[in-house]
Amino acid sequence: MADDKKPAGQALQEQLGQLTEQVQGSQAWSSIFRPGSIFRKGYNDSPRNRSYVIMNSVLYHLHPVKVKRHAVKVSYTLCLGGLSFFLFILLTVTGIFLMFFYRPTAAQAWDDIQTLQTAVGFGLLVRNMHRWAAHLMVLSVFLHMARVFYHGAYKPPREFNWVIGVMLLQFTLLLSFTGYLLPWDQLALWAVTVGTNMMGFTPVFGEQVRFVLLGGVEIGTDTLLRWYTLHVLMLPFVVVIFMAIHFWRVRKDGGISGPL
Amino acid sequence: MTEIPEHLRKRAEAAKAKAQGEAAPSAGDAAPAAAASGDDKIPSHLLDRGTAAADQPAPSAGSAGGGLAAPAGSSGPDGHNQRLLTVVKSGSIQDTKATPQDKVHVWPHLLLAEFLAALAVTLFTLLFSIFVNAPLLELADFNKTPNPSKAPWYFLGLQELLTMFHPMVAGVTIPGIGLIVLVMAPYMDKNPSKRPEDRKFAISLMTVHLMFWSVLVMIGSFFRGPGFNFIFPWNSGLFFEL
Ligand code: HEM
Repeated sequence: MADDKKPAGQALQEQLGQLTEQVQGSQAWSSIFRPGSIFRKGYNDSPRNRSYVIMNSVLYHLHPVKVKRHAVKVSYTLCLGGLSFFLFILLTVTGIFLMFFYRPTAAQAWDDIQTLQTAVGFGLLVRNMHRWAAHLMVLSVFLHMARVFYHGAYKPPREFNWVIGVMLLQFTLLLSFTGYLLPWDQLALWAVTVGTNMMGFTPVFGEQVRFVLLGGVEIGTDTLLRWYTLHVLMLPFVVVIFMAIHFWRVRKDGGISGPL
Repeated sequence: MTEIPEHLRKRAEAAKAKAQGEAAPSAGDAAPAAAASGDDKIPSHLLDRGTAAADQPAPSAGSAGGGLAAPAGSSGPDGHNQRLLTVVKSGSIQDTKATPQDKVHVWPHLLLAEFLAALAVTLFTLLFSIFVNAPLLELADFNKTPNPSKAPWYFLGLQELLTMFHPMVAGVTIPGIGLIVLVMAPYMDKNPSKRPEDRKFAISLMTVHLMFWSVLVMIGSFFRGPGFNFIFPWNSGLFFEL
């Protein structure tokens, strides 16, 4: 038996095992993964390891190690807050892709989108995803707000988080609205014309508000640059800060609200 | 099973060792014996010394041991020499919850649900995007106003109001009040109960509020045609772009 040639699969498996051991024994590996990391000592299902999964990850660390049992019921949150956040991530990823192919000037914007759709690999698909995810996010934030209200989850001690939430709702709308102009097609131009005309009715400084928003008295290439900057940089930046406060408050207020 | 954190356990062990170590010099050779006698609450030699300290002058006990032996003046009635240093109220160090909470680990119970939800939404968006293209109309043209011109769908409620009221009312007063009421909701609703049957008024109000905007958005989206006139989509077709 020992003399027999081992089957190729088994030999490969052994080599792989050796390689894994070498890599995981190396200094580079152990300097990357913290002591206690499941990448160092393997994962078996124990309360301690379940905690380490959260504690040793900067991402999962948004969560506490444990939550109330009812808080994980999908039927309570309907995942809506989490999905709003996830859609935001999806939009960031697809949006970065779009940025590689887009120049925010009246002379180039439409052509760039046209080229993106016809000549760039996956260009059309990614643009579609960006657009549909954006509409979906407006919807899911709206529904999230409704579910929070119907659960009375804005009551003490969560009053302030509700206020942060209403801010997030408005920023979400603004993000979507500023993105609407960017393709610079007839739909974009006239939807934004109608929208900004409404803002011109702001009392006292309606004209000024409109002027600042448009970067001029009417929509033009300056508006495009302005809205582009708002859309890809400023609003996401602000939204991320507000989301950080929002999530932090969820934890400080004792996790999500109790069973009804 | 609760796990005692590593550093706390070490500290406790060190403190225990130190306490035993301090008892030893004062008892001299008797230390091993004291350790051996184990179960006795107070080792007999300490008891003896305690009663002796009550009679003897202080220096003899203090200088010989240099350890725990109490100064003579402090021993109480019947030769007891414990002193009350401080009272630690329960709850001040360990938070003893009146009602223990039923908790589960985030991994796997929550992360798994989140992962699946994220996966479902990604798949939905992907599939939808494969079959339905985002609109891209002709290049923007200031001289060709489309008829009708519509705002993005979430603003169509506002646009709808504009057909009914003065712009000041439709564009500022109504949405302004709506928004302020929304922000202030937690501060105006003083009812502490979260149970639906106790909050009929709040729930009705919010439902009317949400329905108000939803219905306006629907009308603006599907029931407005050229000139923003009222139409039925099944007669006149859709004038709606996402
Ligand atoms: C970008 C938008 C938003 C994101 C990403 C977001 C995210 C979240 C998440 C992940 C939670 C945890 C519980 C859950 O998933 O339901 C949560 C809770 C909460 N959110 Fe949001 N949210 C957003 C917008 C809003 C809005 C518009 C409101 C209200 C106007 C709001 C009010 C609240 C409140 C009060 C809680 C605590 C709920 C509870 O304790 O049951 N959020 N949010």
